[in-house]
Amino acid sequence: MDKIWLVIQREYVARVKKKSFLLVTLLTPLIFPAIMGIFVWIALEEDDNQALRIIEVVDDNKLFFLESSEQYAFSFSDINSDEAKKLVQDGDRYGFLHIPKFDIKDPQGISFYGEENPSMSLVSYLENNLRKKIEEQRLFESGIDPKIINEVRTKVAIKSITLDEEGTETVSNATVNYAIGFVAGILIYMFIFIYGNQIMQGVIEEKSSRIVEILVSSLKPFQLMLGKIIGIAGVGLTQLLIWIVLVGTLTTLVTGFLGMQMPQQQAMEMANPELAQSMAQNSEMGDILLVLAGINYVQITLSFVFYFLGGYLLYGALFAAIGSAVDAPSDAQQFMLPVTIPLIVAYMGLFVFVLNDPTSTTSFWLSVVPLTSPIAMMGRVSYGVPFWELALSMGLLIVGFLFTTWVAGKIYRIGILMHGTKPSYKTLWKWIKTNN
Amino acid sequence: MLKIKKLNKSYGANKALTDVDLNVSEGVVFGLLGPNGAGKTTLIRIINQIIDSDSGEVYIGGELLAPKHIGLIGYLPEERGLYKKMKVWDQMLYFARLKGLSPQEAKIKIKNWLEKLEMETWKDKKIEDLSKGMAQKVQFISTIIHNPPLLILDEPFSGFDPVNAEIIKNEILELKAKGTTVILSTHRMESVELLCDQVAMINRSKKIIDGTIKQVKSIYRPEVYSITLDQIKRDLPTEWISKEDEGSYSFTLPLSGKTPNELLNELMQYGEVNRFQELIPSMEEIFIHQVKSTENG
Repeated sequence: MDKIWLVIQREYVARVKKKSFLLVTLLTPLIFPAIMGIFVWIALEEDDNQALRIIEVVDDNKLFFLESSEQYAFSFSDINSDEAKKLVQDGDRYGFLHIPKFDIKDPQGISFYGEENPSMSLVSYLENNLRKKIEEQRLFESGIDPKIINEVRTKVAIKSITLDEEGTETVSNATVNYAIGFVAGILIYMFIFIYGNQIMQGVIEEKSSRIVEILVSSLKPFQLMLGKIIGIAGVGLTQLLIWIVLVGTLTTLVTGFLGMQMPQQQAMEMANPELAQSMAQNSEMGDILLVLAGINYVQITLSFVFYFLGGYLLYGALFAAIGSAVDAPSDAQQFMLPVTIPLIVAYMGLFVFVLNDPTSTTSFWLSVVPLTSPIAMMGRVSYGVPFWELALSMGLLIVGFLFTTWVAGKIYRIGILMHGTKPSYKTLWKWIKTNN
Repeated sequence: MLKIKKLNKSYGANKALTDVDLNVSEGVVFGLLGPNGAGKTTLIRIINQIIDSDSGEVYIGGELLAPKHIGLIGYLPEERGLYKKMKVWDQMLYFARLKGLSPQEAKIKIKNWLEKLEMETWKDKKIEDLSKGMAQKVQFISTIIHNPPLLILDEPFSGFDPVNAEIIKNEILELKAKGTTVILSTHRMESVELLCDQVAMINRSKKIIDGTIKQVKSIYRPEVYSITLDQIKRDLPTEWISKEDEGSYSFTLPLSGKTPNELLNELMQYGEVNRFQELIPSMEEIFIHQVKSTENG
């Protein structure tokens, strides 16, 4: 046990002391907002700089008038469609919209001609405009003033409240739950990949630089593997902690700078739901506050830490096994597939199934099977999960990582001493079966 | 110090060790010889508890080998390395702690060794910034830092430049003088004759000879004599290929079933016998002869 502790210390200190760790840890919270800022800025610039595109409209009904936007101008010059096509071919017009004569109750045959495929946004812009015009026209024909329609338009928002067995009512909001599940799932996915790879690199380094033979004469290979996995987990947790503090401080600074309400204040209000309730009249801000107050933070944080570590340990052992079996990182590729596929399945499943319908059968299985549960369950936790499902998923995850660690240990103890051979899946299987 | 009884190990269908017995007495330098792939590394790994044997026993200081004995052994593997990004001091401390030294003990010992080999100025350098020879010294100190009573060195001189090899050789002899038992696995025979008291030779998973250097040399005697004749009375037989130097003829002859006296008598008929000496084979020759004879037999 003492020796595992020594290995943990070494792995932790060696990584945390690196300049690259400091750089990544401090810069990442800045880089992501910066990249997003640059994208938004570029998009805005592009919109500004784009040349106005002129679209010729030939309307055989003589009914439609489309308003020009910043990007598109519509020209109605009473030419026939052949002339209009010629204009497009000559490059004088970006495109040509042909509205043939049609029955207003069943508009058919509207087409767009262009030198290139029109963008989705243009097509939907045209469709929306035409639909609106046709609807207005039909309302008008049935004798209803479109203005009245605008007046009677009402906004309806449903406040959803979950009711548990004891009768406690909690306000929930699918968007907030979605966001929490989304962020937590992605964080775990990234953490497993990044730190799993670090484990693998570390094992390959020890193997290829031949330190390993000296190490295993002092401690058991299993101790060495476990120490490395736990040490690197510590590095990851440290990084996460620093990020949380940094992002918290940054948001406080930025929102403070923008003169908005400070998140800390909100947090204090959250801690006291009654106060939040009294504050939250009927405004949308109040609703969100109420939702934030209703979230079970303790449960979410605890589950996050659990799945964060559980998922990492489960996959970390597999990454260690792969590292031990190969001589160089480039050889590792062939064994990566069985590890990456479940991770990607979990990641896709999170978006396709879990976040959209947390209680579906697929979501249930994804959040219970140990290979996918760390990512998938985090998408469900914020919506509220029955206790037995959570217990089952956590239990299976523990069994899962004990199992992968055991299998990995068997591959590892033989793999690290093998040089110059390229093992296949068959040899790995043989190693697992060998009793020393 | 170390006693091995009927040790067996196989990897699948390949036998790595077959019924190997060894007896290494305390305070000697023991040469473990054998060609590549003979089973030396397997044997050493078993002693270091890196792998388990299939059958047989290993005793260290009279006790059956157990995990608690790890601290008694210092092991320098043939394939060895250090963490490139780690500083000399940290690295030595890590290895010393893994061998069970307390932080205080470890620090004192490292300090002493760095002073002894004039390396104090290097202690905060990373391994990747050291010369190869320096890194090898660091490696050697890391191996012996915990004062192990049993030192196992697998090809310790490979990769060392002559100056550092000399330093390491002297350290080995000094450790031996202090009572450390050293197992030296090598196929460099000149270092064997220079350093070893006892040797054992392994080929194709089996031990083929063991004993002191003198005993081993007596096992294999090619019975060839080196002869110099002066004042030749009659022509030498043509099959005696000799070298003439100002009237004295030098050549070698096997006994070919005769006794040395019979051969000497025969030689006396040709002239004055100036030199008549049995050729003692070097360890190298014994090694090659034994390997070949076990392979043919």
